[in-house]
Amino acid sequence: MKFNKNLRNIFLIIFATLALSACSTAKKSQTSGDVYTGNDTVEYLASGVKDRVFFATNKSSLTSASRETLRKQATYLRKNKKLNVTVEGHADERGTREYNLALGERRANAVKDYLMTYGISGKRISVISYGKERPVNSESTPLAWSQNRRSVTVKVK
Amino acid sequence: MKKLIIIFFIYLNSFSILNALIKVDITRGNLDPLPIAVSPLHVENTSDKLENLDVKKLGINISSIIEKNFKSTGLFNPLKKEAFVQKPDIAHLKPRFEDWRLIKAQALVTGKLSVKNNKLKVEFRLWDLTASKEMIALSFTTTPTNWRRVAHIISDKIYERLTGEAGYFDTRIIYVAESGPKNQRVKKLAIMDQDGAKTKYLTLGNELVLTPRFNPSNQMVTYLSYFRNLPRVYLLDIETGKQEVVGNFPGMTFAPRFSPDGKKIIMSFAKDGNSDIFTMDLETRVVERITEHSSIDTSPSYSPDGKYICFNSDRSGLQQIYVMKSDGSNVKRITFGNGIYGTPVWSPRGDLIAFTKVRKGRFYIGVMRSDGSGERLLTENFYQEAPSWSPNGRVLVFYRETKSGPQGKGFSAKLWSIDITGYNERKIKTETDASDPSWSSLLSK
Repeated sequence: MKFNKNLRNIFLIIFATLALSACSTAKKSQTSGDVYTGNDTVEYLASGVKDRVFFATNKSSLTSASRETLRKQATYLRKNKKLNVTVEGHADERGTREYNLALGERRANAVKDYLMTYGISGKRISVISYGKERPVNSESTPLAWSQNRRSVTVKVK
Repeated sequence: MKKLIIIFFIYLNSFSILNALIKVDITRGNLDPLPIAVSPLHVENTSDKLENLDVKKLGINISSIIEKNFKSTGLFNPLKKEAFVQKPDIAHLKPRFEDWRLIKAQALVTGKLSVKNNKLKVEFRLWDLTASKEMIALSFTTTPTNWRRVAHIISDKIYERLTGEAGYFDTRIIYVAESGPKNQRVKKLAIMDQDGAKTKYLTLGNELVLTPRFNPSNQMVTYLSYFRNLPRVYLLDIETGKQEVVGNFPGMTFAPRFSPDGKKIIMSFAKDGNSDIFTMDLETRVVERITEHSSIDTSPSYSPDGKYICFNSDRSGLQQIYVMKSDGSNVKRITFGNGIYGTPVWSPRGDLIAFTKVRKGRFYIGVMRSDGSGERLLTENFYQEAPSWSPNGRVLVFYRETKSGPQGKGFSAKLWSIDITGYNERKIKTETDASDPSWSSLLSK
């Protein structure tokens, strides 16, 4: 009886430790604050040049990781002078539609402004907001929402 | 497209309040709905036969629509026809009041119709069974294809007589019909009668369309279209199908609504990441800037007298509702509760502003007075927004989305309505998934 109880306790502890570690690794690798930091949905304009940056809820400020991504985009655009891009601004599904359209516009322009400070002409960058209309991850979870709060730089063909 | 209904008033008696013994109190919800018997309308034997319409069934079909309308208000309890004690034609001449009282009815609707030379003639009477009196008698003549509208107009007249408020049945709802996976939704403008009948699709789904809104004074619609990947506010005449871009803005315009007189469109224009509110006069094409602020200003909606505008702004940091004079002066924040507020829309009666509130990850539809006092939350859910008023200011229609699993499984968007008392929440049947509803004004005034 006593042995059984001890054994059960040991199992419980092992189980809890496993659960905790799984939880913390998932969080560490995917989001910081509520800004997505993973690469699951990211595509590339060229080798090493990520096409998108992510935002906190209701925010359009660029994180240091976002600025690093955008500096690489600027370098890439300087090398490819004939290339024009569209910056798409997106929001998650947890806001009202009209406000999200405005928020997406704000996010896309935050990216455009930053690219311009690295010498890219505003004429080469158009912006469009899709609000919450084009999620990249359709699930209703905090992780999906963090992947959807994004600005994506798309080459104009 | 729609032929005007010609209304002949035969006689209106006992219209004074003094004689009206039964009256429905609409301010307290549906606690005690009024039992009402809607007798099938008698179809005259001499009626013509029509190829595309079963004239013999018109009587029962019209009465069924009236019953469905009444039931949807939550204020009336239409009684089962099996219990009815008198033949429709005899009841229409003179009801045996004591027999109808026996089945616990307090009000009775009777009527008859005929079809001759492609003209549908309908007459109906409303009887107060408690006072043994006729309350209203009307007759209409129209083309037979308009029979559904006749049923809605009769419903409006009876609702008006029994509640003292204008009805809202002879109306339409424009909305966005949705289909396809959540990350690649196909969206079309669609229009239907208020009861979900006669759905018609107005766009093909080639481009994204959002937020259609009716002109309160006619059947024009303004909406947002991503035609050629340029999100702009459009104007659409639903009678002719003609459409045009509103104004010549060098960027996204969105969140459009008409002014109460229908002569202007008020909307947001986004430039360099900042959204402000503008109006454009549809006749003179003059564009006016209404707000100038570095924050997001959107979702504008006029008061019914046109003197004020409520709108959504995050100038305090998060989304809140503000009211200003229609020239943009005297901006005042009116929401201070916990949570964030969006989509303000002014009641056509002028007394209330409906809104969406988000608090602790839950979405609420609510109403408050136009100074922000008296906030009442009517319904709570995982996601819902975009209330639109019935023309009498008694009912709100909005849309609700469900939580979805991996790859968007289980996702759906539907239209719902709720009485401003907070009672009588109902799903509105639509052929497809639906969002962004806008309620028209009464088609016949």
